[in-house]
Amino acid sequence: MDKIIIHNNIRKLRFEHNEMTQQELADKAGVTRQTIVAIEKGNYSPSLELAFRIALVFDVPLEEVFYVEKPS
Amino acid sequence: MSYQERRSLVNLISDIMITGAYTVYRFQHYPETDPYSPEIFQFWGSFFLLLIAVSIVAKIIIYIIFSIINTIATREEIPSITDERDKLIGLKAMRNTLYTFMIGFVLGMASLAFDQPPTVMFIILFGAGFLSSLMTDVSEFYYYRRGV
Repeated sequence: MDKIIIHNNIRKLRFEHNEMTQQELADKAGVTRQTIVAIEKGNYSPSLELAFRIALVFDVPLEEVFYVEKPS
Repeated sequence: MSYQERRSLVNLISDIMITGAYTVYRFQHYPETDPYSPEIFQFWGSFFLLLIAVSIVAKIIIYIIFSIINTIATREEIPSITDERDKLIGLKAMRNTLYTFMIGFVLGMASLAFDQPPTVMFIILFGAGFLSSLMTDVSEFYYYRRGV
């Protein structure tokens, strides 16, 4: 089975939400800033719970935060 | 470099220094006697017990010094929570650690099975413990650096 690649719009959403800092997002989602950095860079795929928590912080549906690139 | 990466590096260096210094010091008083004598077993018993105590005390002191220097140098707050990524990295590092020690344990038992003196088994166990400890730090550094 091909590995799927999960991308995210967190950086864009932070910018659109009053230029929210990574630390502010981390505090609201209940994780460390380093975890937000890792997610933004694509080095870490969060759990479903954390993904929903991040979506709730931005008040958008989950698919607006994370999306999957279909394998070619 | 993140706080966790720096912490892993400090742990790695302190592990090498503490174990190295302790081993050099203790082996200066290694009993030169029959390899099956009770003195040898007593030496290794106290070697492992004291190593645990020395490591704990030294690591606490090093961690406090590291935290102070890190806060002064980076003006960054030390993360007060352990989130899901930290736990996942901790679990993966522990898995690598256990695999490393398991190999050493099997080799240690094999040395006894092949009629080697107990000292060989103790040295292999000590080496496995040391390498598995390094494996924890290297694994954590790797997973924090490269991602999980």
